Order: sequence, then structure tokens, then C-alpha cells
Amino acid sequence: MGTITALPREVLIKGGMLYDPITRESRKGDVAIKNGRLTEPGEIGADKAKVIDARGCIITHGFIDIHAHFREPGREDKETLATGSQAALAGGFTRVCVMPNTDPPIDGPEGVRFILERSEDLPVAIHPVGAVTKGQRGKELAELLEMKAAGAVAFSDDGEPVQDGQMLRRALYYTRDLGVPVINHAEDVRLRAGGVMNEGALSTRLGLPGNPALAEASMIYRDLLLAEDTGSRLHVPHVSTALSVDLVRHFKERGVTITAEASPHHLGLTDEAVRDFDTHAKVAPPLRSEGDRQAVAGGLRDGTLDCIATDHAPHTVEDKEQDLIQAPFGMIGLESAFGMAHTTLGQMGLSTEQVIDLLTSGPARVMGLELTPLEPGETAELVVLAPDEEWTFTREDIHSRSRNTPMLGMTFTGRVRATISRGSWFTCR
Amino acid sequence: MSEPTVSLRHLLGLEGVSAQDIQVLLETGFSFREVLERPIKKVPTLTGISVVNLFFEGSTRTRISFELAEKRLSADVTNFSAGASSLSKGEGLKDTIQNIHAMKMDAVVMRHPVPGSTWQLSQFVDAVVINAGDGTHEHPTQGLLDMMSLQEKFGRLKGLKVGIIGDIAHSRVARSNIFGLITMGAEVTVCGPGHLIPPYIGELGVAVNGDIDEVLTWADAVNVLRIQRERMADGIIPSVREYRSRFGITNERLARHRKEVVILHPGPMNRGVEIDSDVADGDQAVILDQVLNGVAVRMSVLFHLLGPRESEGEPPLHPEEET
Amino acid sequence: MGEVKTILMDAAAMERTLARLAHEIMERHQDLDTLAVVGIQRRGEFLARRTVDLLRRHRGVEVKFGTVDVTFHRDDFRTRLPSPQVGPTQIAFGVDDLHIILVDDVLFTGRTVRAAVNSLMDFGRPASIELAVLVDRGRRELPVQADYIGQRHPTSENEHIHVHVVEVDGKDEVLLMEYSE
Repeated sequence: MGTITALPREVLIKGGMLYDPITRESRKGDVAIKNGRLTEPGEIGADKAKVIDARGCIITHGFIDIHAHFREPGREDKETLATGSQAALAGGFTRVCVMPNTDPPIDGPEGVRFILERSEDLPVAIHPVGAVTKGQRGKELAELLEMKAAGAVAFSDDGEPVQDGQMLRRALYYTRDLGVPVINHAEDVRLRAGGVMNEGALSTRLGLPGNPALAEASMIYRDLLLAEDTGSRLHVPHVSTALSVDLVRHFKERGVTITAEASPHHLGLTDEAVRDFDTHAKVAPPLRSEGDRQAVAGGLRDGTLDCIATDHAPHTVEDKEQDLIQAPFGMIGLESAFGMAHTTLGQMGLSTEQVIDLLTSGPARVMGLELTPLEPGETAELVVLAPDEEWTFTREDIHSRSRNTPMLGMTFTGRVRATISRGSWFTCR
Repeated sequence: MSEPTVSLRHLLGLEGVSAQDIQVLLETGFSFREVLERPIKKVPTLTGISVVNLFFEGSTRTRISFELAEKRLSADVTNFSAGASSLSKGEGLKDTIQNIHAMKMDAVVMRHPVPGSTWQLSQFVDAVVINAGDGTHEHPTQGLLDMMSLQEKFGRLKGLKVGIIGDIAHSRVARSNIFGLITMGAEVTVCGPGHLIPPYIGELGVAVNGDIDEVLTWADAVNVLRIQRERMADGIIPSVREYRSRFGITNERLARHRKEVVILHPGPMNRGVEIDSDVADGDQAVILDQVLNGVAVRMSVLFHLLGPRESEGEPPLHPEEET
Repeated sequence: MGEVKTILMDAAAMERTLARLAHEIMERHQDLDTLAVVGIQRRGEFLARRTVDLLRRHRGVEVKFGTVDVTFHRDDFRTRLPSPQVGPTQIAFGVDDLHIILVDDVLFTGRTVRAAVNSLMDFGRPASIELAVLVDRGRRELPVQADYIGQRHPTSENEHIHVHVVEVDGKDEVLLMEYSE
């Protein structure tokens, strides 16, 4: 629950703790914003300013999601850049990297420019990811250099793994000097064999086609070898299995410059969520076993995995009302991301500040983005978090155009109280 | 005598169904066997009850068996067979659900190619839902009729050693048998080509043995699954010859075992592939009993699920009271 | 719960009553070869068995015996029966042209008898069907009457009659019960 409106001219966030993910330092103090920029509290008129009571709250840099699907162009019935931005803001995010698997896919500089132009006035910054291959078909290399010049921050055929090893190897060599990562959705589609959920005891009981952990791990292994071979920047998205975490750890120890992310749903849910044939829990890669869940969380704790990314994947009610075989993969995740990640990682012993790092400095490092310093004169790009607040995630919390999530009704610890970004703000009621 | 009530509202699978419920369903199944042997095989039990048989996948046998069970209980029966074509046209579950709702059916018997589809249906309709096979998930009435046939033959299920032979991975019959038999205290070993045994099947409480001769030596009874021809077309089973020689219940193989092993088969059979004709027609097979028990146990399921409800007007009779 | 208001019959009285009923049956049926005694599940079965025993003792003839369970033929099993206890129906003889004595413990609404008659008809076409009951408690809902009656005891709405037999209940007796609302 909350509203998104124009940011008042003067805002005073009082009584909170300021955490700066750049310096990793916390200090007590009020935060003042005038005309969208940070300023000294003394600079604003206390009587005219909008005041946020931030006692018990942490004020920090807005979150960065490096993996979301906003469906524009082509499937504006599921999400648009505008509605996705509202969802992002409600989730504490101020920057979002959008995946290119739209219709048509973003596989050339025109597409990149289209996304950037369409999102100029949105309350969050949108960073387009370009496709690795034309049409995401895995056959011909896309115009990666032109897309980079137009503003693409990474390349990925996300949703469609690059099956052809030679193609991925070429793409990695081709982008070696660009300094932006190639992200390969790591699943061997032959080993995945039509799997709609994790292969395990439960898929055996339910008679549903299982997607084995090794379909992901074997692909990641290949990709990591290619990264080592080419010396290029490879980023592994949505790591879901213990095997994959071990592989990433092993290659990092060998000094290969790779990065990897985990999604909140893989931190907080297991394949048990599919128990009642819930199509909302159908996601790729699938929700895994409890052991995998703990290994992924452990990977974030020890730095094997660099950041949290939502893989926000909206689908219509009609799409998800189908049976489990026909329903598409994916769930929305922006509005629940902090609650889910903070709750489950907190149980694993991570501090709120560590979770913030995984949502700010971590993703910025992966994508080569600069964080906005929390200094007077700088643009206000902030999120206000109530780390101890317990809340239940309901439909009213969803600002996305879609509502496909199995998390409705779950109780989280830690909530986004406000987000301030690009002249807009979200405040939680 | 066990308490003759069934706590189920729907029959979606045998997983999670209590031993007591299974026992009652089987016992009443035997009562209906007796009805089926009368000169007049019809009883008025479900007069005025509407049942729809909703088949999204071809299955002459199961549909006829259900239809017969319904008619012998005097229910009003409607058949709706929608082939794969209507599914591919996008006529999804949702429309089906709403149609059923609008037709005010008391019970829906559904077969559907997707696992969980009957569960989804049960979430949205008031009618009693009976799963007649949902993809590779479950086929609970088949599990019940197999157990009824074993109970009839051996007088018990507890401690019985049952082998299930064939393509376990793609078999709803195997799953329903496993869930039901394990609940009733039987021991189950699955046997078949290694790549058609799901890797996690052991967690369902069964043993795995790839050697058909060892399983035949061990078992009191074996349930021989039908080998789908698609598996051969897909190149998953190399040849009929190899399957038959390694996993087929052939005359020669049975002759080598002195023990009388009871043979079940859910039908329809591929004679000469997973089972030899002489075996299927021989004394050890109870395949035709299974067909009869199928009607009886489906009558039992319908009887219990559509049976005693909360009284609407008259007070219920006292249990000891005779009228 | 109900409480016992009166003991209508003790074991000795029940034995005497069954003996009298057997004699009445023998008076009306000289040819016991065309006779069959069928008990209605559940306690009627045991009363029928005893009737067959009595007929054997007096005439030296083994009269055909069967049982019928009427659950599947009830018109009210969906609404009024607390839980269907299905006992076996065993009619191991052709019923065509036989004279059948249906035996039950209590005659009340008549619905059980109606169902039992329908059920018997599924086995063929008997020459006749007669009804023997231990107690007739009145309050009929169908035009049914018994041919052989152990005792008539009209009951009020709150009164019920429980027949106990030694085979099921460990004791022979007929109790008049009174139930409060």
C-alpha cells in the first residue's frame, strides 16, 4: 500500500540512520531534500517542508535491479516501462536494467534508443540490456557495438539460453574491450527437457516434468570456462542450485572475472510452492530444494554471488490461469524483493546493511554503474527502510500491471517506507 | 467392521488418502461386485444425481467403466469428449470450469493430459471431482481397482510384495499404485529401463530393481504397465525386441519361476511387447477381474463421494435405529 | 443421548416371540421347499438365521436363507442415514417362484422394507413376499404392513426402539428409548 506522487519541493527525513553503501558507513542524522537535491537540513524551512518520521529507519541509496522484464514493446498488457517503473519505485528501486526479450526483441541500436526515449521522464532510470543475437535466435551476432554506443549496459538473450557454445564464445571475444557484461540465461534446454519445476521427490510425486539442477550447472560450467578462456566479462543470472554456487566459487577462486546474481524467490521459496499446482510458482530456473535455497543464500553471504536481482517477469491473469504445462514461466518481484531478501538473509545472519549492499553497490559493480554519493548537492536517489517492520504482502502492495506472484499472504520483516527518485516519491501508507 | 465413512470430498489422487478411507472404498467395492453379479445390475442409489464425464484425452475403457458405474447407480450421465484439438484451440481449464459451474453438475469425472488439472478444477467448482487420469500424475480409481483385485486374490494388502514393471516415469498408474499400496502396508518394487525410472522414486518408499527376473522371484504379484508406442517413436526404447527380452512378461520367463505370481495389467495391452498373449489369457492373470473390479470400485467411489451429506431438512437417523 | 424407558423384551421373551413367529410361518406355509427366509441387514440377518434354525428343529427341513442390504436402494441415504454401513447381500438361490419371508427387527416408516422388496426384485420374480418383524412401532410413511408381528408398540416422536441381538450386541433384548431434543 502506498502512493506515488511528485516529490515536494522540500522534504525532511527526520530521526533515521543514514547508511552510505559507497563508504559503508552509517551515521545518525536528518536528511534534507530541496528541489530534488540533497541539502543541509538547515537550508530548508522546517514549517514548509514535508517531514518523514524515520525513527528506527535506515536511509540509503535507492536499489538497483539489473534483471527485470518490462515487456515494452509488444506486451504492454503485461507491463510497460511506465507501470514497471511504478512497481520499481514501490519496491525501493531507482534504477532498473530491462531485458531485451520484448516483441520485437531489443537487438539493435534503434531498440536501445526506443527504450531510453520512452523512459526519459519516468521516475526510475531505465538501462536497456541488448540481445546477444539477432532476434534472440542464437544464430547471428547482434550489433553489440552499436547498441553499447546507444546506451546498452549489458547483453543477454535472457529467457533463451545461448545454446551454441561457439556463438557465446564469439560474443564474449567481441565484447571483451567494451567493459559490459554478457549475461547468459544458464540452462541446457535439452537437459531441461520440458521441465516445469525442479526435478526432485516432489516432481516425482506430482508427475510433473522435472528440470534437473544439472541443466543449469552444466551450462554455467561451460559459460565459466568460456569466460576464463576469453577473459571477457560474463555475468551469471539467477543462480538457483548449490552446484552452480560451487562452480561460481571455484572459478572466482581461480581468478576469473565473473559475477553472479540470485533472485529473491530462490532465497525464500522452494519447490514446495508448486505443491498445489500453483502456476504462479512456475519460474525459470525453477524453485529448488531447501538445500539449494540455503546454498544460494550462503553464496550471497560469502560473496560468491555479487548481488540480488529480481527477474521481475509479469504475466497476465489469463496466462497464469492455464494449466502448469501451458502457463508461462515467471513471477513479478520488484515490490516484494526487499521484504523477501531481508527476511530470508536476515535468518541466515546477514545484517540489513549487507542486504542493502547486495541491492546497491553489488549490482552497480556488476553493471559498471556509478552510485550517486549521499552528499549535499547531489541528486536525491534514496530509499527509506523500516528494517524491523513486519508486514504481509498483499495485492494492494502491487503497482505492476500484473499480479503473478506466489508470495501474496507471506509475512516479511523489513519494509520500504519511501523511495525518492527523479522528482517523484513513493510513500508507504 | 471399520467405520464406513470416507473423509474425502474429491478423489484427486491416492497420495495422502488414509488407509481407512482406502479400506472403506475397497469394502464397498466388494459390495458392488455382488450387485454386479445380480440378474438386474442396477440400483437406484444415485437417482437424480448428475454426473459429467469430461474426457480431454481419448480413453475408451476408463470412460466406459465410469459410465457403466454411473448408470448402474442410476445417476444421470452426460459425456463430454473434447479431443486434443479443443485444448490446442485454447479452450482452457477456466472455460471448462465455468461451464461445469453453469451446468450445476453434482460430480465431474475428468481425464486431462496435464498433471494437476483435476486439482485445479476442484478449486473452482462446487461439484465433486473425480480424477480419471491427469497426465503423468495420478489415476486413483485404477490404483483402487488394482488394490481391490489384489485384495480379492490374496485376502490382504499388508505385507504383500508387488512389482510394478515398465515406464514408471510416465505412468500415472504407477504413481497411484505406489501411493495406495504403500499406505496399505504393501511392499513395492519398481522395475523397468533405467532411464524410465525417475531418479527420486525411492523417496516415495519403493525399492528399485532393474532385473525383471529378480523381481518375479521376489513378488507375489506384478502390475505390468503398458508401453506407449510414442516412447519407441521418440527413440527412447530402442526396439520391441530388446524391451520384450529384458522387461517383457513372456511365457518362457514366467515358466522359469516356479512361484505363482499374479499378473495385473491396466490395459490396453500391447500383446507381444510388455506381455505375452498366453500370459495375459492365462491362469495367473487377473486382468479381466480388474475390469469388473474397475466398475465396482468406481461405483464405490461415486457412492461415497456423492453419498451422505449434511441433512437439509429431516434430522439424520440414529445409527442404531432401524426403520 | 437417549435413555432406556422400558425393557420391552428380555432374552427369554425374545426367544418365545421368535418361536411364536416361526409357528405362524409354518401354519401358513406347508411346503417349506418353496420357502426362503431373507434377513434385512443388519440385525434382521440374525433374527432370520434363528427363524431358519427353528424351522429346521420343528420340520427337519433346511429352509433357504439369505440376507439383503438395502443401502443402495434407500431413497433417503443422502440425507438421513448417518453413515452407510453396507453389509453383504447374499441370495445364493434363484428367487423365481419362491415364497420369501423378509425378516427385520423393527418396522417403522416402511422405507427399509420398500427398499428390501425392490432389491429382492433385482434377483428375479418371487411368487410372494411376506414380512416378519419383531416389533412394529407404528408411524408409517408408506403403505406397508407386516404379516407376522412379534409385538406392537406405538411410539411417540421422541421414542425409539433398539433391538439388541447377542451376535452383535452381546445380549438379546428390546429396549424402548426416550430421546430429549
